[in-house]
Amino acid sequence: MLGFIIKRLLWMVPSLFAVSFLAFVLIQLPPGDYVTTYIATLAASNEIVDRTAAAELRARFGLDQPFIVQYLKWISGIVLRGDFGLSFEWQQPVSELIWERMALTLVVTSSTLLMTWAIAFPIGVFTAVRQYSIGDYFFTFLGFLGLAIPSFLLALVLMYVAVVLFGADVGGLFSPEYQTAPWSWGKVLNLIEHLWVPVLILATNGTASLIRIMRANMLDELHRPYVTTARAKGLSEFRLLLKYPVRVAINPFISTIGWLLPNLISGALIVAVVLSLPIAGPLLLQSLMSQDMYLAGAFVLLMCTLTLVGTLLSDILLALVDPRIRFD
Amino acid sequence: MTDAATILSIRDLHTHFPVRGGIVKAVDGVSFDLARGKTVCVVGESGSGKSVTARSILQIVDPPGRVVTGSIVFNRANGTSVDLAALNPRGREIRSVRGAEIAMIFQEPMSSLSPVHTIGNQITEVLRLHLRMGKKEATDRAVDLLRAVEIPNPERAIERYTFEYSGGMRQRAMIAMALACNPQVLIADEPTTALDVTTQAEILDLMKRLQSERGMAVMFITHDMGVVAEIADEVVVMYQGKVVERGPVEQIFHAPQDPYTQMLLGNVLKLERPSAIRAVRAPLPAEEPPLLDVRGLKMHFPIRKGFFKRIVDHVKAVDDVDIVVRAGETLGIVGESGSGKTTLGRCLLRVYEPTAGQILYRRTDGSITDVAALEPDRLRECRREMRMIFQDPFASLNPRMTVGQIIGEPLLVNGLAEGSALHDRVAELLKRVGLNPDWAERYPHAFSGGQRQRIGIARALALSPRLIVADEATSALDVSLRAQMLDLMLQLQDELKLAYVFVSHDISVIRYICDRVAVMYRGKVVETGEAEQVCNDPVHGYTKALLSAVPRPDPRERRIHTRHRYVSDAA
Repeated sequence: MLGFIIKRLLWMVPSLFAVSFLAFVLIQLPPGDYVTTYIATLAASNEIVDRTAAAELRARFGLDQPFIVQYLKWISGIVLRGDFGLSFEWQQPVSELIWERMALTLVVTSSTLLMTWAIAFPIGVFTAVRQYSIGDYFFTFLGFLGLAIPSFLLALVLMYVAVVLFGADVGGLFSPEYQTAPWSWGKVLNLIEHLWVPVLILATNGTASLIRIMRANMLDELHRPYVTTARAKGLSEFRLLLKYPVRVAINPFISTIGWLLPNLISGALIVAVVLSLPIAGPLLLQSLMSQDMYLAGAFVLLMCTLTLVGTLLSDILLALVDPRIRFD
Repeated sequence: MTDAATILSIRDLHTHFPVRGGIVKAVDGVSFDLARGKTVCVVGESGSGKSVTARSILQIVDPPGRVVTGSIVFNRANGTSVDLAALNPRGREIRSVRGAEIAMIFQEPMSSLSPVHTIGNQITEVLRLHLRMGKKEATDRAVDLLRAVEIPNPERAIERYTFEYSGGMRQRAMIAMALACNPQVLIADEPTTALDVTTQAEILDLMKRLQSERGMAVMFITHDMGVVAEIADEVVVMYQGKVVERGPVEQIFHAPQDPYTQMLLGNVLKLERPSAIRAVRAPLPAEEPPLLDVRGLKMHFPIRKGFFKRIVDHVKAVDDVDIVVRAGETLGIVGESGSGKTTLGRCLLRVYEPTAGQILYRRTDGSITDVAALEPDRLRECRREMRMIFQDPFASLNPRMTVGQIIGEPLLVNGLAEGSALHDRVAELLKRVGLNPDWAERYPHAFSGGQRQRIGIARALALSPRLIVADEATSALDVSLRAQMLDLMLQLQDELKLAYVFVSHDISVIRYICDRVAVMYRGKVVETGEAEQVCNDPVHGYTKALLSAVPRPDPRERRIHTRHRYVSDAA
């Protein structure tokens, strides 16, 4: 088991380099660079920047150097000093900009994940055990309804309802008085008060697919001979369900962590913009639009890392839960 | 008619499965009794309703099936009785009977035990549930139980998972689990079908011993008449959900009344002798050079371990095997699971690349080529003359192709026929294997197991081969179909001068169809000879053990308990 983890960790090193390179290529792909966008923005307000000034800017940001040199500078800064570079647009080190947002993103993401599981798991089991019953159709309909409603629409409706009926402001993750305040218990409580809206919206969207996965897995397992064996032992139906088929059917559930983590960061984007949440999505969008390449690169890199970590995490959990994998 | 010894009395039991467009009467008016300390064997072919009968007793029939009418009266030792059929299938009462008073063991010990729980966990569960034992006490008892079923190192074995056990060990663990609460009735649903004959003999031994120690009533479901003859006190013969005959074992085997029982026994006894078709054949010319001459064939699979997947050892699946096949003869390769017989069969056609050795094949013009060393183009040419028939008639036919496409495919890919010529050839092949040529447009799911195997044979014949490797070709078929299929193969052999390499674990099939036999044990051929001689008077110790473990379909000749046991020199 330990060997397995070590091996997987070692494999992550080349994978990370590969994705970091790809991330860098990706953010360089759009025509032009930050200076072009910058000039275009200035031009919109009738300010003309001449060529020498532009070249000066490029030299200052290191944008005139060959691509590979830029990449090496960037990656060595990250690896050696934890320096993600400077955001052109904010004129601040990238690391200062992203850490708090990443932390809040993780809070939103993991609460959504737990919420999704808490809803999808019992419903998935129920709809499988009572296949084709009224309850099955009801929850399946509900799940698909959640899947079909665009999350931004749900966000708008919820905001409207909250403001009009309850007079509560549900945008953002903090009330105005805590927005810039340092961390305190009050701020944490305030966060929890605000958290339920985005979590509910995001979970509504994600449960349907998980319900279907859980239902299909359960249906596969329910008629296995070992379930009949357990029944022949005299176990009650409820105990037997939880101990045997659910235990086996849960494996694909764990695998979902791998792709759910990064998916939630980018998937939450529209909701985050609508609700003006201070998480990673909106900042990533902004940085991509203004070609703020170090900021965007840092985000893409972090998302790739999260994917790798998520996959590793789900593999380890899977091995812990399923002895067949552990002994392989 | 119930007397004091009757523990379970089933009367007019009906179990129905409502399906689209009607009701399947899986059990249709079944009545019989189980007596304390006695074994009742329920026999029948697949689909006869014997398994559903067993499940009906504990009310664990898979949905949508359910017990419709009838009574299952269970008489406890303390004098009370209960009608199990009248209980709520999910109720507390029936649950307190299941596993405690009536226990059940199943066919596939691998899939019938949970793969993600330890053996110990699955045994202690019953003890804690019914006997309200504490964890420590239950664990101690589980160890005792595993010891009672002769599992070595029981203290460590309870910590293990099912996939770490061999097939026989799993079935022992299953028995231990069933016996945990000292049940008065044990229902065994084909418990030895998935096992090798020597393992089967051990399990039957064990069950016999435990039964006489505990005075249990045993209901044993099987399709194997040999096993019935070996262990039964009474026999219930089922056909299409009904009991066609029941009586003492002696009467069923030596004075069967019902035509179905007679037919079933006739088919079994037919396989106890060499085929009548072979008896009238002229002997093969002795001096003819062999069609296939295999010398020193080895197939080693590497075992990789550790961080860098280094090769630490080899599994010697086929280890230095010499065999000879003559034109027009059938060579049987017999052995138990893991003996390497299937691997050997596959090596002959170079499905696997042999590690070493020669496979000398004599072409029609008399030239000799080494199949083991052929380059791909020439190999394809050779493979046209060497074909294969597979074990599973369901998995080996592509469900999305019509029968005509399946049989015609080898002709098409080898560019030998197309259009109406292909059509005619397919029709001719279908006729040859006894199927209606008009069925070429149908898909495999429209055919029964026996018919599918005929399709498999027709596909193998498509390229007019000279050698056919049949890998357990009849194992998946009911005994009444088995003899038919073997007769068909023998008939085709006469008509087309085919040579067969017949891989099987079933001695009776080997004796029926083969001229010569090679016995394999742990990758090596331990004995080769004429089929008659090997089957009746084996020389090697392993062959003796193998043969004596095969139950004979005659209750007057019980011998499993006095069988010959072989201990390998290597072990």
